[in-house]
Amino acid sequence: MAHLLTLMTGPQPEPAMWLPTAASSQAADVDGLFHFILYLCTFFFVLIMALMVYFVVKYRRKSATQKTSAVSGSHKLEIAWSVIPTLLLVVIFFWGFKGWMNLNVPPEDALEIRVLGKKWSWEFDYPYNGVSGAGELVVPVNQPVKLIMSSQDVIHSFYVPAFRIKRDVVPNRYSVLWFNPTKKGTFDVFCTEYCGTSHSQMLSRVKVVSRDDFKKWAETGGGMDGLSPVELGKKLFSSKGCVACHSITDDRMAKPGPALGKRFGKMEEMSTGEMVKVDENYVRESIRNSTAKIVKGYAPVMPPFPASSVSDRQLNALIDYIKSLK
Amino acid sequence: MSTTDTIENTGATHSHGSHGHGSYLTSSKGLLSWAFTLDHKRIGLMYLCSVVLFFIVAGVLALGVRLELMTPAGDTFSPDTYNKMFTLHGAIMIFLFIIPSIPASLGNIVLPLMLGAKDVAFPRLNLASFHIYVIGACFLLYSLLAGGIDTGWTFYTPYSSESGTAVVSALLGAFILGFSSILTGMNFMVTIHKLRAPGMSWTKMPLIMWSMYGTGLMQILATPVLAITLLLLVLERTYGIGIFTPSLGGDPVLFQHFFWFYSHPAVYIMILPAMGVISELITVHSQKNIFGYKAIAYSSLAIAVISFLVWGHHMFVSGQSEIASAVFSFLTFAVAVPTAIKVFSWVATLYRGSIVLNTPMLYTLAFLALFTIGGLTGLFLGTLATDVHLHDTYFVVAHFHYVMMGGTFIAFLGGLHHWWPKFTGKQYNEALGRFCAVMIFLGFNVTFFSQFMLGSQGMPRRYHAYDKVSADLLPTFEMWHRTSSIGSFILGSALFIVLFYLLHSLFRGKPAAKNPWGGKTLEWQTESPPITHNFATDPVCEHGPYDFDVIEGADDHHGQAADKRG
Repeated sequence: MAHLLTLMTGPQPEPAMWLPTAASSQAADVDGLFHFILYLCTFFFVLIMALMVYFVVKYRRKSATQKTSAVSGSHKLEIAWSVIPTLLLVVIFFWGFKGWMNLNVPPEDALEIRVLGKKWSWEFDYPYNGVSGAGELVVPVNQPVKLIMSSQDVIHSFYVPAFRIKRDVVPNRYSVLWFNPTKKGTFDVFCTEYCGTSHSQMLSRVKVVSRDDFKKWAETGGGMDGLSPVELGKKLFSSKGCVACHSITDDRMAKPGPALGKRFGKMEEMSTGEMVKVDENYVRESIRNSTAKIVKGYAPVMPPFPASSVSDRQLNALIDYIKSLK
Repeated sequence: MSTTDTIENTGATHSHGSHGHGSYLTSSKGLLSWAFTLDHKRIGLMYLCSVVLFFIVAGVLALGVRLELMTPAGDTFSPDTYNKMFTLHGAIMIFLFIIPSIPASLGNIVLPLMLGAKDVAFPRLNLASFHIYVIGACFLLYSLLAGGIDTGWTFYTPYSSESGTAVVSALLGAFILGFSSILTGMNFMVTIHKLRAPGMSWTKMPLIMWSMYGTGLMQILATPVLAITLLLLVLERTYGIGIFTPSLGGDPVLFQHFFWFYSHPAVYIMILPAMGVISELITVHSQKNIFGYKAIAYSSLAIAVISFLVWGHHMFVSGQSEIASAVFSFLTFAVAVPTAIKVFSWVATLYRGSIVLNTPMLYTLAFLALFTIGGLTGLFLGTLATDVHLHDTYFVVAHFHYVMMGGTFIAFLGGLHHWWPKFTGKQYNEALGRFCAVMIFLGFNVTFFSQFMLGSQGMPRRYHAYDKVSADLLPTFEMWHRTSSIGSFILGSALFIVLFYLLHSLFRGKPAAKNPWGGKTLEWQTESPPITHNFATDPVCEHGPYDFDVIEGADDHHGQAADKRG
């Protein structure tokens, strides 16, 4: 049914039934191939179902002595339905192969950005623009971008539906992905390789901006300069991935890590039974040496964040932000 | 003849050989007479009860997953509970339900009967296979009870090497279950070679035998690779021997190659028996000779062989070389051709038949529709450029549910209804049967067709919550997830009605005739339920399995078929 529906509505400009917004130079080719296969499949599906239904209606048993045909095959027909699909499949294969090569060969002038995947956040470093540790990928429009990706722990996968690109991010090796964004806007980034508890929270965004805006963004250190400590802390809280496991309300059941809302200054019971006051030193220790003290009822799963990952200035900002969660 | 000798030898190994002329269900009594039976029909029945039980467990887990996804926020279960639910749903469905479903339950019951044999070639090995299955199931269940396992059924490293859940017992469970699968496959292959009734040449075998033969081949050749892989992972977890984990010097992508080297052929281990069942059902319920016997038979073997060469299509975005991916993509299209031939041949079989829309036939037609969608959507995934977008999204989830559930499970239900009168001796409620077949078909499509849309829009699989996605995608995700969940509740309810009326028929059902459908294969020549030794006198195969225009003399079945041409 839905096949028929699609046939009638066709490959509309978005919002389409099948594919999301297309925002990269590769997307057009992938979408064209997708719709080619879709129409081919719809044709064969309708053909097979129409024949099936026709036979079932026409040759329905009307009497117990109804004669059936002794026909046991037809070479002509069998050759036809072997050869025709084979030829069509070869066409699909080569079209797919062409698109595949395009997806795999980045242009020479691509802007290089390093991507680090870790449980459960993405971090972006710009070797030539002086921005490091950004939590969102900001890129200029119509500029080919090459991502050099690695993982700190398990396998993740970097996926931007609007760009039709995806590549696994594997520990101990680099994987490469490239795209050329053709539309300004904000697009979802998903992790598509299952990576544990908060896999579904391992999200980020690609912001495609004008060249000028990109320059401005890079000059202000990725928008981190000139912020108040609480504002910076709020940004870091999401860019460093804290948000994947910690709720900023006081709803204890919402996420796998302790909820941080209204906690600062209160007493908290540890897994050892010890009562600890949530103050600056406790929060500092819980970030730098994350498994030193574990709040009762939670698992020791948080990775440590040494100074190489969260600087002292950033640490202060995070503490100020947590303090502000009233 | 040597064939006859073997049949007699096999018969002599029965412990209750002296009274082999009563119904196999009641010929001996007591729990032990079942637990240690050598009768293939009793072993098949025990397999049937086990796989149905595990289907219910895994099905309830699936309903839990759908319940969570009704709303975008992850508010029904905790993330860890959700992750354990989809892992156990997959692992139990694959290892404890689908792989043994048709071969070990229905296959065990009907394969020797259809060949005209008294039992399988190695009855003791057959029993051992069931006992090993039970032991393996205990290990997997231990995993469930010891807090669950959260790696996904694919056990990808390095996550599975470091996950704190009960991974080792689940791995050992899957390892042990593999042996059960190997033994069944080998037993069936030898049985098909050696125990065919006199007169049954290879091309006079029912087509389900070709499927079972192909399945056996894959079980024997592919399963050991999975066994070795799982064992290596157990060693890595237990003794820290670095094979797959990068921090120990291992290679996680190697695990994926090993895993799919088994698990892709395993997909065909699951679907080939279903194709065999469909060849039987579509001919009997349209009283029509099969269209293209040889094409269907040889395509089973072609699928079995090519299926070993396509595992890399699961890994297009994993970082394997681009050229390897291109070769795997090409070979994947090669396996599509024999599959297409089968579908066309089944549809052509209906031409000038005498079609009855009874329960088994409704399942057969449902199979043709759903399996065709499952197969065709495989093209999107076998194609390199489109797979990059669709890999690990709900599109893949929908695709393999159309093939595994819409294909194998629907064929299993069809076969169950087709042979139910034969092996229970009872007739189920036909009106309820038809009603549920239609409801299952509708519920299935509502559940899984919506997932194609979810996936092509970009919804990743194995997500506990999707409330943080941008406003561009959220309304679409929410709508299709809700539709899918509603469909799954329709599907689940219909399946419970099936369970109810089948069990009800055991106690209140009308006695079944010897040959209620007018089938031409040998299992319809014996009593319903069959006697312990299957046949009172050794059957002789006098005509092909689908010669519906042949008049039989001695056969006193209810068949309209016998006097058809007369």
